[in-house]
Amino acid sequence: MANYKYHLLVCGGTGCKASESDRIVTALNREIEENGLTNDAKVVVTGCFGFCEKGPIVKILPDNTFYTQVTPNDATEIISEHLVKGRKVERLLYVDPETKKHIADSKQMGFYQKQIRIALRNCGFLDPENLDESIARDAYLALGNCLAEKTPQEVIDEIKLSGLRGRGGGGFPTGLKWEITRNSVSEQKYVVCNADEGDPGAFMDRSILEGDPHSVLEAMAICGYAIGADTGVIYIRAEYPLAIKRLKIAIQQAEEYSLLGDDIFSSGFNFKIELRYGAGAFVCGEETALIHSMEGSRGEPTFKPPFPSVEGYLGKPTNVNNVETFANIPVILNKGAKWFASIGTEKSKGTKVFALAGKINNVGLIEVPMGTTLREVIFEIGGGIKDDKKFKAVQTGGPSGGCLTEKHLDTPITYDTLIEAGSMMGSGGMIVMDEDDCMVSVAKFYLDFTVEESCGKCSPCRIGNKRLHEMLETITKGKGTMETLDKLRTLSLVIKDTSLCGLGQTSPNPVLSTMDNFWDEYVQHVEDKKCTAGVCRDLMNYVVIAENCVGCTACARNCPVNCISGGRKEVHVIDQSTCIKCGACMEKCKFNAIEIV
Amino acid sequence: MDMIKLIIDKKPVEVEKGTTILQAAKNIGIHIPTLCYMNLGDLNIENKPGGCRVCVVEVEGRRNLAPACATDCADGMVVHTHTIRVLNARKTVVQLILSDHPFDCLICAKSGNCELQDLAHKLGIREIPFQGEQSTYRKDTSPSIIRDIDKCIMCRRCEVMCNEVQTVGVLSAIHRGFNAVVAPAFEMNLDHSECTYCGQCVNVCPTGALTEVDHTNQLINDLADPNKTVVVQTAPAVRAALGEEFGLKPGTLVTGKMATALRELGFDYVFDTDFAADLTIMEEGTELLDRLTKHLSGDKNVHLPILTSCCPAWVKFFEHHFPEMKEIPSTARSPQQMFGAIAKTYFADKIKVDRKKMVVVSIMPCVAKKYECSRDEFKVDGNPDVDYSVSTREFASLIKRANIDFLGLEDSDFDNPLGESTGAGVIFGTTGGVIEAAVRTAYEVHTGKELPKVDFDELRGMDGIRSATIDFDGLPINIGIAHGLGNARKLLDDIKAGKSHYHAIEIMACPGGCIGGGGQPYIHGDSSILKARQKAIYQEDAGKTIRKSHENPYIQKLYEEFLGKPLSEKSHHLLHTHYFDRKKEILID
Repeated sequence: MANYKYHLLVCGGTGCKASESDRIVTALNREIEENGLTNDAKVVVTGCFGFCEKGPIVKILPDNTFYTQVTPNDATEIISEHLVKGRKVERLLYVDPETKKHIADSKQMGFYQKQIRIALRNCGFLDPENLDESIARDAYLALGNCLAEKTPQEVIDEIKLSGLRGRGGGGFPTGLKWEITRNSVSEQKYVVCNADEGDPGAFMDRSILEGDPHSVLEAMAICGYAIGADTGVIYIRAEYPLAIKRLKIAIQQAEEYSLLGDDIFSSGFNFKIELRYGAGAFVCGEETALIHSMEGSRGEPTFKPPFPSVEGYLGKPTNVNNVETFANIPVILNKGAKWFASIGTEKSKGTKVFALAGKINNVGLIEVPMGTTLREVIFEIGGGIKDDKKFKAVQTGGPSGGCLTEKHLDTPITYDTLIEAGSMMGSGGMIVMDEDDCMVSVAKFYLDFTVEESCGKCSPCRIGNKRLHEMLETITKGKGTMETLDKLRTLSLVIKDTSLCGLGQTSPNPVLSTMDNFWDEYVQHVEDKKCTAGVCRDLMNYVVIAENCVGCTACARNCPVNCISGGRKEVHVIDQSTCIKCGACMEKCKFNAIEIV
Repeated sequence: MDMIKLIIDKKPVEVEKGTTILQAAKNIGIHIPTLCYMNLGDLNIENKPGGCRVCVVEVEGRRNLAPACATDCADGMVVHTHTIRVLNARKTVVQLILSDHPFDCLICAKSGNCELQDLAHKLGIREIPFQGEQSTYRKDTSPSIIRDIDKCIMCRRCEVMCNEVQTVGVLSAIHRGFNAVVAPAFEMNLDHSECTYCGQCVNVCPTGALTEVDHTNQLINDLADPNKTVVVQTAPAVRAALGEEFGLKPGTLVTGKMATALRELGFDYVFDTDFAADLTIMEEGTELLDRLTKHLSGDKNVHLPILTSCCPAWVKFFEHHFPEMKEIPSTARSPQQMFGAIAKTYFADKIKVDRKKMVVVSIMPCVAKKYECSRDEFKVDGNPDVDYSVSTREFASLIKRANIDFLGLEDSDFDNPLGESTGAGVIFGTTGGVIEAAVRTAYEVHTGKELPKVDFDELRGMDGIRSATIDFDGLPINIGIAHGLGNARKLLDDIKAGKSHYHAIEIMACPGGCIGGGGQPYIHGDSSILKARQKAIYQEDAGKTIRKSHENPYIQKLYEEFLGKPLSEKSHHLLHTHYFDRKKEILID
């Protein structure tokens, strides 16, 4: 194998690919060839680096030079300057928003400094389509050790000892789940990987599957060994074509190396993995609905018990874990449960991956130790709020979670503290909001999602969420009353109390948490008919500031509904009854004579 | 047996492991309201999706309320069924369901029989605080069943009947969330689907989402038309159930009152489908013996078993699902259609009425019969042998509309010549009855001896699939019986696989046979009613002086005067039919 002086790692995650990172690869290879560096430099397409805000990313090893927002045209300069002349391309380096200084080494970036990457350990470090690179980073080592040295019960004990809890949202102890499935007596059992990631804005699982598919495959095989299953199924949404492609390649390569299939490591243990595509229904992330969908039935949850660990896929005991949960397994077994348990808090061990989104400077994928505070995540890793606006809220847990405020910023992130604060861990979506976000509209956005994604099986979720959405709509249109707020809360509580599955039992959370934390804003909407964030169009009025108006008629001429009156050099007046609030007048006024009240 | 002790509403209760909270509460007299839940215990049919959430109860130590219908009891469990939390939740859930339900109770076909209406009343709901958009869908009318799924509450009972019990597979949930509803695939019309019109979905629908096509207004007009001779036939199962509509105990026979009521309604001739049932036995029984004799003599072109063909839903089922076997069922038309064909030829000639001026109406426990009489092969120059069929329920509604004091009516007999029947004709109304009637005649015709005993207890009962071997004087005849199309499918799969040992099989689409038909009074989840109806049918049979079809004097006269003999050319023309391959008939709108 050639010993390269430089490795050029180019992000091949979905985000960077959408920004033409494929063409960057072509351009870099062309430049390397033209400069006669084919023996010195190698371009590697990797999984996601996580720093999506500044993608596409090109990282050059060995010195970790981190180039951001690279275009195919930058390839010439990167090769001629960095590789040929040994000078870093300054303009492509990350600029620290505080110090305004260029930072070359990714390890020095605030974004990475607070992170500990376990599940994401290989994302951005290796070519996910090349098994050799994964093996070089210990892939299948844990599986080999388990098969050679550990009994299934020892594997389960190790996982139990690590304190790993399900990363899909529920937080159920993983080792215990494995043990229950192991203790269910059956000739046939299944391991299912839940890759039906569906929270708005979340892409943790997708990035792991795109960047490090072998860690999941290996973990599934280990689970199969531990519970006594010879078949694994990955239920993945069809909207993840790149992850599917890489999984297919990974499965094929693992089979070629006999790391999957019959008689793995000559141990007599057989394990095969199949893919099953979901059609993108959010509720299919709920494990019973997922199993029904896998069986070819309508993706609807059923009442538990029986739990899948006892009666799951095709009626057989089935262990369902989420992608991120599986990605932790090989590391736990390689480094030991005690090492893993030393990270995090007492009841929440290890790390958690979050997809940072919203009004935050560093949008992207992060992995932090449990117990890290929201403040550290948002302001240190996330780089604070965009455009120096004021932080207003952070939404965690996706449509099942809640909105936390300024007063919660020092809450350490753990399963239990987030629930105490009125939100939840969820699968790892984290959306940051600033002063321009209307919390009633935020609640409405999530309800919009739930109404769309409810399966319709149980009445409180099917009809109740629709009614919640309608009430929120009424409020944002300025037609709500205090009684509407009353009903909103009452109905929310009943939906939580009576719904069949986790979707309905949590869908009112965004409403309840915004009502708890932003009550004044709700009251403003219904009593004062005002939306201070300026989001609810029906609550806004465009008015002319008399002292600024010179009577130029520009606004009147541009008003599409002719609702502005006033002659030349006269102060104009907007007729509120016909104004459609399009904002054209404000845009055309050169004298700042129009304001929103 | 593992026993579990728990406390419900402060009362201790001990139940077997696997008992639901709903059942345990019922055992001690606590009736938790339900809506989607359905348990037809005698038929082994249960629906408990836990979807409506009406039966929620508080279980100490659990975060959320639990559906009593789907939650198994656990040792030491403490359950509260009417705390303020439960009552509020239950009321809110029903209010939500009502908020997405049309407010047309006053003119709904199900008014008075609607379980949602009852529930709203029971829970004292006087307002719907959560008003909003209501789901609206296309109304779908087929020859037998109307789907008004604006009224669907997603209880999924119809799905259980259509998919699990009948294995027809037409109805299932489509769409998601607020738009979720039960419909045929691609929202195709029912008459473009494989629906057999068995009407079991109609029987279990708690609301007016699924109802039968109403022919009562047409009937009132025809009865009032002086230029029309209106002839009526009533199916055997009707007399065993009609009384329920007037508050009589299930299983009360009302044959005589029924005949009087029909006359009071203004029918010109009041006849009995039981007569046609006897005729069916003459034809089908002869066909059975004919095929049996040929088969036993080694004729390879003759296949056994022979299958009965009285049930139109069953006929449509095999036309869709087993068209390659369409030569196996008897070619005999159903009693309804035999009656129509004889009424509009033999009888019309007798009373010198043009068939176009004669209206033949059938009163049936069935909704598939509405479809059957609309089939083209049962028409002469576009004029149907049976003009239309009304269900037991529609018939009861007509009696009420005509201000007839049903319970006060005197008994009367059917008219002749098409009103005389034997006990064999009566038992057509229950599962096992057709084949028992056939055996009574076939035995005597084949052996030339009189039956030592007319009752064949081995053919009776409620098990979904039954079998018996009848000794035909040294020749063992293997009889199979299936009711419910799912059970029928099992027997057909066996035949297809060459594993069937039967000579003859009776199949009825509805669980229980016609007594459980899709047009019968609603049983509201009480399957013991079917048993009572079955008992009444056998009681009527036992009370008859003549109990074998071939001994019916009017049948004998019909053959003498008109048909010649069974399977004659005229019989073939009027009383037999052929079947169609409907496998590729599915149309997507």
